[in-house]
Amino acid sequence: MKLITAIVKPYRLDEVKTALRELGVHGLTVTEASGYGRQRGHTEVYRGAEYRVDLVPKARIEVVVEDAVADDVIDAVVRAARTGKIGDGKVWAVPVETVVRVRTGERGPDAL
Amino acid sequence: MTLAAPHADTGDTAWLLAATALVLLMTPGLALFYGGMVRTKSVLNMLMMSFVSIALVTVVWLAAGYSLAFGDDLGGGLLGGLEHAGMRGLGPDSVHGTVPTVLFATFQLTFAIITAALISGAVADRTKFSAWLVFVPVWTLLVYVPVTHWVWGPGGWITDRLGALDFAGGLPVEITSGASGLALCLVLGPRLGFKKDAMRPHNLPMVILGAGLLWFGWFGFNAGSALGANGLAAAAFLNTLAAGCTGLLGWLFVEQRRDGHPTTLGAASGAVAGLVAITPSCGTVSLLGALVVGLAAGVVCSYAVSWKFKLDYDDSLDVVGVHLVGGIIGTVLIGLFADKAMTGGAQGLFHGGGLAPLGRQLLAVAAVAAYAFSVTYGLGKLLDKALGLRASEEQEYTGLDLTVHAETAYDHGVLGHGAPVSHSAPLTAQKVKTQA
Repeated sequence: MKLITAIVKPYRLDEVKTALRELGVHGLTVTEASGYGRQRGHTEVYRGAEYRVDLVPKARIEVVVEDAVADDVIDAVVRAARTGKIGDGKVWAVPVETVVRVRTGERGPDAL
Repeated sequence: MTLAAPHADTGDTAWLLAATALVLLMTPGLALFYGGMVRTKSVLNMLMMSFVSIALVTVVWLAAGYSLAFGDDLGGGLLGGLEHAGMRGLGPDSVHGTVPTVLFATFQLTFAIITAALISGAVADRTKFSAWLVFVPVWTLLVYVPVTHWVWGPGGWITDRLGALDFAGGLPVEITSGASGLALCLVLGPRLGFKKDAMRPHNLPMVILGAGLLWFGWFGFNAGSALGANGLAAAAFLNTLAAGCTGLLGWLFVEQRRDGHPTTLGAASGAVAGLVAITPSCGTVSLLGALVVGLAAGVVCSYAVSWKFKLDYDDSLDVVGVHLVGGIIGTVLIGLFADKAMTGGAQGLFHGGGLAPLGRQLLAVAAVAAYAFSVTYGLGKLLDKALGLRASEEQEYTGLDLTVHAETAYDHGVLGHGAPVSHSAPLTAQKVKTQA
């Protein structure tokens, strides 16, 4: 199994959710996150005083999927999140040792 | 032949009753205006500094302030007597002009309240609350009351001897609060992280709401200062609207050219700057004069708010940049724009009055600013020595809301909040149940 984490622009979240649903991914976790990459932050002006805001808002999406579909899921997330502009985010995957469904106690891929 | 006893005019009294309520609303409005500009950790403290001033100033004003400001002159036009301390001798039948004296005293009280509250913007986020509770009443007696006597008290030297004009309080309210704010922020020193950390306003909608309430109340402040329901009140009312508008547009114009964006905070600040400047002049200049006064304040104040970064004083919410500078602009421009149709006699330079009126306005401004600054600086130093004027570093860093008031303004859904640790209501309910 793989844990796929995607940091994307918050307004692309709906597209990513739709793409994942079409692939049969049944669950996901979303967190509001802040960060910066190459685009750095932005500038705000209050009474003429400029403030640099380094961290920009992002959505952090996490899904755990079976190894066989991991690449398809990554491709789908990247396609849905891309705007072609700087600040589109990152997607990465790491191996997952085990998963347990809390309600039933099922383990491994059955718990997904 | 019988002498008719003076009695109150019902129309004038009705208007001043309403105007007094309008001016009182300005202080909660100011609390929101200021509260939106600070960070989330000390917003309740900011609101409290204004709100508590309503109670503190009212008590000290009724005890002695009103009498010292508006009692018979003790000599030299400097201070009134104590004959009306505790509002002694003022019943429902006492009349001031065409309104009941108790109403006039209450109207004036609402001015004293907001002037003290205005200072809090200069010392946001770091003032020890207990010291503020002492500062406000003492400052009211030492600074606000004498200046008010000079300008509006019977025999006051600025109006009666010097002959300077101030319709609704450029001197006692705007310049006094601005110069005092400067003095107090110098005594306190800058906030932790001044010029290093981002100290962004946490709630701009709150700032706009506050500015709106201030503007609404300002009609009572300025048009009420005619002390009657008449044409002068109406003209002052229109001037107040006009100057707020040109102040707003002037500030936005500068921002668009200088920073590239017209901001919400700029619009609120510009309107307030225009209103500050028209305060002394709303009943002395024509409509054209009011438009110019507001525009001048909007443009100049939009630059004045950044002086603190160059000169290194942390006037946190720009009491100096808006109230001192705007108050000076409005008071001085009377010397140029004073119009006989409004003043009933005095004329400014542009109406053929010569340079003398300008000189009188400048002298009054200098005297009031110097007095307010030096007395407040001395009082601040004294209180700092006696009580400590500044909150501890830990309190300031954590935020005064939690450390002073044991509250937080916003429920961010923090994990770990449980049932009240102790609360009288459930215990009482339980007791009643057991007894039954």
